[in-house]
Amino acid sequence: MRQVYMISGGITKFAKAHQDKDFRLMVKEAYDYALRDVPRFSKDMIDGAVGSYFSDHFTRQLKAASMVQDYLGLCPKPSKRVEGGGATGGLCFQSAWEAVASGRMNCCAAFGFETMSRVNTWKGNEFIALASDTNFDFPVGGFYSGYYAMMVQRHMHEFGTTVEQMAMVSIKNHANALYNPYAQKAKRLTIKQVRESPMVATPLTMEDICAMSDGAAVCFLASEAVASQVCDHPVKITGVGSGSDAMRMADRPHGKVILLPHEREADYRRLKYPGVHSFRGGRMAAKLAYEMAGISNPGEELSFIELHDAYTSSEIQTYEDLGLCKYGEGGRFVESGIPFMPTVDYGLELSKQGQLPVNPSGGLLACGHPVGATGLMQAVFAFWQLQGSVEKHLGNDRLQVKNAKRGLIHSHAGTGTYITVSIMETA
Amino acid sequence: MERNGTIVYGVDPLVIHDHYEIDYRHSYAEDSPFFIGLTKGQLLGSRCTVCGYTYATPRAHCMDCGAPTMWHELPLTGRIHTFTTCHYGGEQFLKETPFTLVLVEFDAADTLFLSRLKGMPPDGVRIGLPVVARFAKTPSFKVTDVWFEPADKA
Repeated sequence: MRQVYMISGGITKFAKAHQDKDFRLMVKEAYDYALRDVPRFSKDMIDGAVGSYFSDHFTRQLKAASMVQDYLGLCPKPSKRVEGGGATGGLCFQSAWEAVASGRMNCCAAFGFETMSRVNTWKGNEFIALASDTNFDFPVGGFYSGYYAMMVQRHMHEFGTTVEQMAMVSIKNHANALYNPYAQKAKRLTIKQVRESPMVATPLTMEDICAMSDGAAVCFLASEAVASQVCDHPVKITGVGSGSDAMRMADRPHGKVILLPHEREADYRRLKYPGVHSFRGGRMAAKLAYEMAGISNPGEELSFIELHDAYTSSEIQTYEDLGLCKYGEGGRFVESGIPFMPTVDYGLELSKQGQLPVNPSGGLLACGHPVGATGLMQAVFAFWQLQGSVEKHLGNDRLQVKNAKRGLIHSHAGTGTYITVSIMETA
Repeated sequence: MERNGTIVYGVDPLVIHDHYEIDYRHSYAEDSPFFIGLTKGQLLGSRCTVCGYTYATPRAHCMDCGAPTMWHELPLTGRIHTFTTCHYGGEQFLKETPFTLVLVEFDAADTLFLSRLKGMPPDGVRIGLPVVARFAKTPSFKVTDVWFEPADKA
């Protein structure tokens, strides 16, 4: 396999609706931004593209990625669409990585988008719920906020995780986004405000849950030869991993924990795993990515993380899957302040504030979650962090992680059915 | 489809109403006996013929070893493994809110079963609560033909 680099990226503002732009124009906007950021690079150097969007129900335009391909002027170059629920963007990123790593392409464009504003929020929830078992789960009234609510109820039961700890994730991500002009929903919150916002599915309130969004994101991935020719500060992709789990939460087994290098079986003697409280696919994805990147203690060897916080609860669960803390310690991990930014005032007492920032961009909770774009949006933010170019792209440097050397991006589909983890490093 | 022309929401940009619906001929295929079972007051899981792994939500082949499973009648009583009360939902279910979803665990099975909990206020629901299956008198041939209620009311 060849070393793969990210050489540029672009995103649109994530918004409740972009009625003035269809999906083609949204992607074009992000794509042109990415092209402008590498003046020595040109469209002719792109060998092919991978497009991602989650739902044909939202677009009601099948083969929509083909329409983006022609709109960008990339025909007749190779192209395909990748779809994998919430992890669609992360899978798209890794698919483009595969194209370059294999030698098939010297430069591959990854583009993603979603247009969720075309139906009302609860119809949108229904579309997303159709990505659960339609014989056994959807007809009962199952929908994703309900599924994650059941998962975190069990997490609370097993480990003593609290709704206040979950609210701290919401405070963190919404406040980080105050400095990210691309975000949809930046604001200052208190624990009380998070808890008093309308209840969706106990214990998750509106402020525990990400919003539907319209938006697009684009990444250019390239070989070493192309990267060194066109980009002053390329970023290396040093690890990719992905995992999966059974579609129905009811089918998740109760076995042994998949251990990371810094963990031991004795750590989890009484834990039945993954049950419905943990994401086995996330742990698998992390393990594979860490092995490829040579990471043995992620909490100490990463500078920052952009992870899939569709829910405050799933951010806490994901700290554990990624091995930032042991299973069961996710709630206390956020309480310690470790995943907060050192440079942002949250109105909270945090003893270890800013040791390992998680979702400096504001994550899905604040940026929004235009599904096909989300995983690529994380890659773009991580790319800017590692280039040290956050100020250039966001207009301020508040969210720039100082001396960022190595970042992790994590994309996650329906209750953990597909998960990707990719590691990016300064070249 | 509007009877008298097209609904226009705005002109800059031009935004119109666009209706879409579709009917499917949906087969439960190999899972059919489960849904027939509900009409007879039976909760059918499945058990692997080789490794004995027992599924509370049935599947025709074992997820672990790949062997065929056989139908396995579950007890009608179990316990709440986890739960949530939904105050919103997908559009189709909004009118039914608030409703409580439960994953039910059974002594005789290795996996769980998703269902509705009825017959108790949301603030009384807790993990570990014994529950009993109830069945619709008039079947709809959907998984909602079964739901659970607290066992102590039985």
